[in-house]
Amino acid sequence: MAENLFYFLVFPGLLFAGVVGGLLSWFDRKVTAWVQFRRGPVLMQPFYDFLKLLLVKETIVPARGSVLTFLSAPVLALSGASISAALILLPAFGITSGFRGDIIVIFYLLTIPSISYVTGALASGNPLASVGASREIKLLIGFELTLLLIFATVIMKSGMNISLYEIIAYQQQNGALIGSLSGVLLFIPLIFCIQAKLGMVPFDIAEAETELSGGAFIEYSGPPYAMIKFTKYIMLFVLPALAVVLLLGGLSLTGTSILWSVLKILAVVLLLTLIRNTNPRLKVGQAMRFFFIWMNALVLIAIILTYSGL
Amino acid sequence: MSIKSLCLQKSLWLFHFGGASCNNCDIEILDCLTPRFDVERYGMLLVGSPRHADVILVNGSINKRARSRLLEVYEQTAKPCLVVAIGACGCTGGIFAEGDTFAGPVDKIIPVDAYIPGCPPKPEAILAGIVKLVQAKFG
Repeated sequence: MAENLFYFLVFPGLLFAGVVGGLLSWFDRKVTAWVQFRRGPVLMQPFYDFLKLLLVKETIVPARGSVLTFLSAPVLALSGASISAALILLPAFGITSGFRGDIIVIFYLLTIPSISYVTGALASGNPLASVGASREIKLLIGFELTLLLIFATVIMKSGMNISLYEIIAYQQQNGALIGSLSGVLLFIPLIFCIQAKLGMVPFDIAEAETELSGGAFIEYSGPPYAMIKFTKYIMLFVLPALAVVLLLGGLSLTGTSILWSVLKILAVVLLLTLIRNTNPRLKVGQAMRFFFIWMNALVLIAIILTYSGL
Repeated sequence: MSIKSLCLQKSLWLFHFGGASCNNCDIEILDCLTPRFDVERYGMLLVGSPRHADVILVNGSINKRARSRLLEVYEQTAKPCLVVAIGACGCTGGIFAEGDTFAGPVDKIIPVDAYIPGCPPKPEAILAGIVKLVQAKFG
């Protein structure tokens, strides 16, 4: 019991994932600044932002709207993100969580933050927030099927293992799954799914700073918004880690391979940042068509290639 | 310096309120975000919602219609929230000070923490004003 609480709250759950995610968020902003020939923020910037929201700012609750739902949504999002962090990072660091089928649970847990944002936005009673929420739902419908098909293909490629620990063990014996043609074809839609899940620029339809001015998060201030920020930090670490675990051979905490693991994560985040900086925002219909037709087609080709052993 | 004021001072999020402006000050404020001046290196970000704001930048003359909007935006922000009046119109009313529709400079409507005069103030002046504000508020 105490061990499980430690896994959930300190390492590799809430605290560890949040701190590493904060550093990755600084990396993301710094690279963005370099791309635009700017200096960019200091290393501690994500933590200043988080602590300012948590300690200094007041919480405003909507006058018209459900206060309980509005305030519990960030808590739900944060707990969903940290449970999925624990479940993904434990096998990634070579500690077996001891239950088979965790990849299916992870798929469900990863949708909890998005669903919570939608609930919180709809409870706030703000018209811009409800537009943001409806866009978030549409985007979710768009990319969830692709993500599920990617998970299914990874399970198929690694010899019908439904445990993340065994998928990593399979990759350590037979080489990373991206080493094959179908692995490369899977990596492309996986990166775009992560981009959509993180709400980064080609798919920041729900947040839409320019026309919805914050979208789903428009009414949040103070500690609840700090929780949403922390959830975003955790997701920025967990989703690239998931990509590394599923296709790039997993992480490792022994000897020089720590450096190699860090490089893998940084490379995935760098790819996400560069996509975010070189693309304009899509309309929600375009994003849905992108996932429903093109990304699903790529995954289906990958499934056929896997079936014929490529 | 306590951790609270350190964090607030290192991460000031700006909300831009344009009154009946001639758009010169708006352009100079946007200049502060460009690669040459880059306020993000001080942790400042332009946010879209007053709920996320730590500083409201007010420019342009405030006329009778804009007055209630400015009050509403100020009440919507999460406190503590600083107010900076930018440009001659924001500070004193400028050439509109004796106009019929003019409803008073910004400090007659909401408390103002810093004034940055100029028509329009240069981006360097805006940055210097905000640095002076931070030094005065947080030591």
